[in-house]
Amino acid sequence: MFGWEFPPHILGGLGTASYGLTQGMHQCGNMDITFVIPRPHGDEDKSFANIIGTSQVPVAWRDVSRDYVEQRIGRLIDPELYFRLRNNIYADFNYMRTNDLGCIEFSGRYPDNLLEEINNYSITAGVIARTIDCDIIHSHDWLTYPAGIHAKQVTGKPLVIHVHATDYDRSRGNVNPTVFSIERDGMLQADHIITVSNLTRRTVIERYGIDPNKVTTVHNAVIPLSQELLDVEVEKPKEKVVTFLGRITMQKGPEYFVEAAAKVLKNNRNVRFVMAGSGDMMDKMIRLAAQRDIADRFHFPGFQKGKQVYEMLKASDVYIMPSVSEPFGISPLEAMQMGVPSIISKQSGCAEILNNVIKTDYWDIDAMADAINAIISYPALYNQLRQDGLDEVAQITWDKAGQKVIDIYNKVLNR
Amino acid sequence: MKAINFIFEIHQPFRLKRYRFFDIGNDHYYYDLFLNEDIVSRIAHQSYIPAAQTLLRMIEETKGKFRCAIAVTGVALEQFEQYVPEFIDVLRKLADTGKVEFLATTYAHSLASLTDPEEFRAQVKEHSQKIHDLFGLTPTTFRNTQLIYSDDIAPQIQALGFKGCITEGAKHILGWKSPNYVYNAISAPKLKLLLKNSKLSDDIAFRFSDTSWNEYPLTADKYIDWIASTPIEEQIINLSINLEAFGGLHLASSGILQFLEALPRFAAERGIDFWTPTEAITKLKPVDTLNVVHTISDADEARDTSAWMGNDLQHEAIEKLYSVGERVRLSQDRSLKQDWLYLQASDHFYYMSTKHFADGEVHSHFSPYETPFQAFTNYMNVLADFLVRVDEQFPESVDNEELNALLKTIRNQAREIETLTRERDTYRQNLEQYNIEHKPKAGPAVPPAEPAPAPKKRACRTKKSKE
Repeated sequence: MFGWEFPPHILGGLGTASYGLTQGMHQCGNMDITFVIPRPHGDEDKSFANIIGTSQVPVAWRDVSRDYVEQRIGRLIDPELYFRLRNNIYADFNYMRTNDLGCIEFSGRYPDNLLEEINNYSITAGVIARTIDCDIIHSHDWLTYPAGIHAKQVTGKPLVIHVHATDYDRSRGNVNPTVFSIERDGMLQADHIITVSNLTRRTVIERYGIDPNKVTTVHNAVIPLSQELLDVEVEKPKEKVVTFLGRITMQKGPEYFVEAAAKVLKNNRNVRFVMAGSGDMMDKMIRLAAQRDIADRFHFPGFQKGKQVYEMLKASDVYIMPSVSEPFGISPLEAMQMGVPSIISKQSGCAEILNNVIKTDYWDIDAMADAINAIISYPALYNQLRQDGLDEVAQITWDKAGQKVIDIYNKVLNR
Repeated sequence: MKAINFIFEIHQPFRLKRYRFFDIGNDHYYYDLFLNEDIVSRIAHQSYIPAAQTLLRMIEETKGKFRCAIAVTGVALEQFEQYVPEFIDVLRKLADTGKVEFLATTYAHSLASLTDPEEFRAQVKEHSQKIHDLFGLTPTTFRNTQLIYSDDIAPQIQALGFKGCITEGAKHILGWKSPNYVYNAISAPKLKLLLKNSKLSDDIAFRFSDTSWNEYPLTADKYIDWIASTPIEEQIINLSINLEAFGGLHLASSGILQFLEALPRFAAERGIDFWTPTEAITKLKPVDTLNVVHTISDADEARDTSAWMGNDLQHEAIEKLYSVGERVRLSQDRSLKQDWLYLQASDHFYYMSTKHFADGEVHSHFSPYETPFQAFTNYMNVLADFLVRVDEQFPESVDNEELNALLKTIRNQAREIETLTRERDTYRQNLEQYNIEHKPKAGPAVPPAEPAPAPKKRACRTKKSKE
């Protein structure tokens, strides 16, 4: 499997989903998974997948001793594997910027030279593909499609690509032509395509012109939360709290949340709104909240990570995700796990599988305001959504998703 | 001797419009005029009117051998009066044949029998009055909203003067017993029970046009055959069917009206009669008493009240609504009373059911809302406004008993004034009488024989001077 993020060091939903899926597939048994990421930190959970960081994969021959490798990167990679990989260098990449071990450095994030990094990633994929024997290649999201294609060409093994998002979702329609062509290339070369929702499946078929027969939806799931996270203690304010958690970007529809908040506050002052996260629209949102004259009740605590996320959720009475276009959207499921009733836009993929949430159109700020007000004013609704939501989300597990992916593998391999 | 007892149900709620929380306190009109008119007139023309005309024809052709009963709610009648008065005319014609019995039910198709006995009584009376006003008939048999029944409700029905009641032949109540007999209520010995035969009713109501059903197509011949082949001692088959099934749920093109029309002919061949519920309970003796501890109804597989009172949302909404029952009944505000009735329709609570997430989709099929949460939110917003209006009339700070006491005082005073006025009138009459009797022979001195109180005398005088 080729991926870009892996917990605990994640930047978005992609890492969580890759992790959950891998774990789920491992639970279904009898499977050897190698997971490639650009830059591991060494504290990843390796119990169910062999993790290789491309920043430890040599692409140029360096005469180094075993001990040297051990002490340089032994924490991240088994030296044995390093030497096996070194034996499979297939071209002279000395012209690239390589380090003392013949490896290319990766940031593992989404830097400005992302395209270059994607290209480097695919170069190392060639080495990995020659070293590690596999039956199937699985690429997560467009960043790793070129690597998947490369590995397919090297090994001749079938390629499955996993579409967690498309550029149509990220850009509200103004696609970046380079990204689009990488995505489409991956889809055309793939033997099968997995999408995280029917919404994304339609995008793939309609916008990218892909044969519907080779596109299958496997909805994401959630990993049950640890007791420690469920029990986090927070001080709750007197007022009810409505929370938005996520990148403050166009895709997530933050302005609709602000407008809905203004409507609620006109009639109900007993409520506070929180927009947690950062992003390119944050300043605009702060200004908008001020213009609507609700800045005293509308808070921007910034980016939340790790445990803070769960503390935030614990303190909330309503979780809202007004995304304009959300391929799946795992965060409402996490909110439900914490027992927080959620309002989600009908334009998000998770709306396809969730029943015990309130769904509105992302542009329908009246409906959104009404839903917020209803949950905070009618305890019966709050309790019903909370209780049934907990039950429902407990049923959405990764092993079920993992089994579906395995079924797809078997189909592709004609087993 | 066997007989079929046909009961046709008709009900349409006043559906609510999309009512946002910022409308609370500002907008007191709650109903979706367009949607209601659209649905009611469409169903009436597609189903109710053709079906009722078929019934009329059947009665005429069989020279009154065909009989049936109709249970139509007050809120439905109100909508027909507004949107399709021609349907009222057809119903009137049916009533005039004398072969159609109109059953008593709750005015608003409400759940009052479960929550508010006083309201229940009031609504049944109001409904009977409405039927009397429109059709000149007084219902004598009772059919509760959705056939809801229990041992607790039976005495209330008996106290209202009904001899018979129709309810569900729920399997878990009957056990090995058959619904095709008349039973007695255990808690109200004089009340006779007619039990709906679910299987035969649903064959028409739900399965008629289902091509995947192994008995498809259902013919009148076959259907009467089934009824004729029940054990000979079983004398009454109670069929309770939503009139909408004829032309609505099963389109006219399915031939359901022709099926209905052909029934009397085949029934006559097999010696099967048609009785109205009242006929059934007068002609037949009860065979046993029936014990219904837990409330039954005709809804869903469980045949209980969980379709309306199954989750927290429904409980909350019902509780909030009926918490003001007493106050609304004390009020004289007509529009408030009207909304009170419309908001009680069980349909509103049915839309809030979350059961269909798990089983059948029947709930969502009839709902104008996309989700039960939307149904709840909308209803609660409307209810919030309604409660504000009730509160304006009778502030919440005054508790019910105190309010009652105050109102009693007012009422007592009114009564006192009334008696005093009456007294005054009698005195006046006596006085006049006295004057007339004593005028010719009496001298100038007329001693007031009766020491009438001063103010009344004054009233007398002014009256006289006017004359």
